[in-house]
Amino acid sequence: MQLARVIGTVVSTVKNQSLEGRKLLVIQPLDGRLRDSGKPIVAIDSVGAGKGETVFWCRGREASFPFVPSEVPSDCTIVGIVDSVFIAQDE
Amino acid sequence: MILARVVGNVVATQKNDRYEGSRILVVQPIEPDGSDSGSELLALDSVDAGVGDRVIVVREGWSASTSATGRPGAAIDSTIVGVVDTIEC
Repeated sequence: MQLARVIGTVVSTVKNQSLEGRKLLVIQPLDGRLRDSGKPIVAIDSVGAGKGETVFWCRGREASFPFVPSEVPSDCTIVGIVDSVFIAQDE
Repeated sequence: MILARVVGNVVATQKNDRYEGSRILVVQPIEPDGSDSGSELLALDSVDAGVGDRVIVVREGWSASTSATGRPGAAIDSTIVGVVDTIEC
């Protein structure tokens, strides 16, 4: 999984029918020190995340598992909202 | 699998229920000589790894979910499956 910040939403009316009713968010992947890491991508929300929140997301086929039994085509799903990140200082 | 060093952890109360009871650690991928290799990622812990440990991380869903929660089918893509004692290259 990887950390990210929710930076926006995507509205799509003409889309794959199994994406119906799913919230599409634009997220900026972050590294462990919450710095931008890579390009913004589209994620499906599964935990009620909103703009500005720090979240973590799951990639690949497993990203569709939170929606089982419905078959949602996703390779990037937000699966948690971060309360805090602790990073040990480098020795 | 990849080699990595545990550098911290994440606290998240609102999360997918399959994450319940698991520790979410922040790991820094490393080269065999210990130098950093790419940016940090999150992995669940299945071997009681601690900050500073060098570890082996599996980055595939079926294995990650099974090793972290005992069964497949969770939205988990990375899990620590071993603490490294030595690396010889």
